[in-house]
Amino acid sequence: MMWFFLVSDALTFGGLLISYGFTRHDCLESWPIGEETFNSLPFLGHGYPLLYVALMTFILIISSVTMVLAVEAGHRMDRKGVTKWMIATIIGGFFFVGSQAWEWYHFIHGSEFGKVELADGSMAIVKGHFGEVQNFTVIEAGSHYKKNQVIKEDLMHTFQHAAAAGHIKNGIITLHDGSKAQVNKAKDHELKLIVKKSGRVHKASKEKRVITGKEAETLYYEALYSGEANRVIYGANLKQNEYGPQQYAQFFFFITGFHGFHVFSGVVINIIICLGVVAGTYHKRGHYEMVEKNWFVLALCRPCLGLCIYILLPHIISAHGTRRFN
Amino acid sequence: MERDDLIEYSLDAHHSEDKGLEIRKKIYKVTILLTLITVVEVFLGAVIKQDASIWPFVKWSFVALTLLKAGYIVMVFMHLGDERKWLRYVILVPYFIFILYLIFIALWEAVAIKGVLTLFH
Repeated sequence: MMWFFLVSDALTFGGLLISYGFTRHDCLESWPIGEETFNSLPFLGHGYPLLYVALMTFILIISSVTMVLAVEAGHRMDRKGVTKWMIATIIGGFFFVGSQAWEWYHFIHGSEFGKVELADGSMAIVKGHFGEVQNFTVIEAGSHYKKNQVIKEDLMHTFQHAAAAGHIKNGIITLHDGSKAQVNKAKDHELKLIVKKSGRVHKASKEKRVITGKEAETLYYEALYSGEANRVIYGANLKQNEYGPQQYAQFFFFITGFHGFHVFSGVVINIIICLGVVAGTYHKRGHYEMVEKNWFVLALCRPCLGLCIYILLPHIISAHGTRRFN
Repeated sequence: MERDDLIEYSLDAHHSEDKGLEIRKKIYKVTILLTLITVVEVFLGAVIKQDASIWPFVKWSFVALTLLKAGYIVMVFMHLGDERKWLRYVILVPYFIFILYLIFIALWEAVAIKGVLTLFH
């Protein structure tokens, strides 16, 4: 019977991924490329495209192995072996869920640059090394800050908030108390704009979409310091995101969230059964059928899904799309 | 304890120490193979950039390697390979037919819709 549950579950995920593919295919150029979005590693920072995703997938494969070893030990009525391998699986599962939380945090939080709407109406994501915001020097007093006061707290947060709300104009930031301050910021390095949505001047076509050097810097700060709201978007929520079309973040949250819930509930059931193993419940029954049943629940989409959403599906689809459009 | 209230093949799924050794050997072998495939994938992805002319080849080799991985997981780890032939077909055939058809039709429709959107943009 377990197989029919598995097939239905696989079809559920299949349906979700295909609807993702459908939407992605609808807006091909503006859709983010996995390598551009997921490129951080814990403790090591940016510049490692998809490596962490590969690692997460690998963790799932390894926890499949430990679980299948637990089932094998069950067939030999080896209680100690079952316990050992089940605990390993639980640790693997928590590792995966934790990694996912980390990844969500980064996805929601976004990059230091954000995505900008350029003067001609095009949209571009930004890569490079962000020059640190050093301080704000107040040049016009408000209800809270005095003139010539140097503000050094909570700079990045204030800066991004003000930029998104259009409260920075020509390098002068208007703070929440009405005071105006000069933004002192270190220079960015290797600034690069990648146009994702064509405007009147800048196009998202493959040959022309990357803007570098002085031009990139001018265009970026023109947008950031325009004093208009919503010219820059940081991070992601259900209304907007800095990576691509609105549906991208919604699919990301729903599919990886659904999968994360799947894994998490699997780990919880695993813990319960593991307690049963330790207590000797299944040994008395004469078989470790429960372990096997649970293994089936866990095994199915775990290793395959991560690969699908980040790599497999995007690749199949872009392969298909490129063929038909270029 | 003798169970006669339900017929479930897995209740009889016991095996000896020798058989267990053999099964574990197979599991480890497949694990090493999957690790190798993953290493190859990561290596290919790291070395070859998306602008490269052989990228389409890399892309399709990702698809092939992933399907190979999935095949090993389902057949060996999930024991579908040990099931009877017809049960195997009952599980796999509908899945392949529906999913392949759905991929085909969804992408085909998406392209058509994109075409219409571009036309009126």
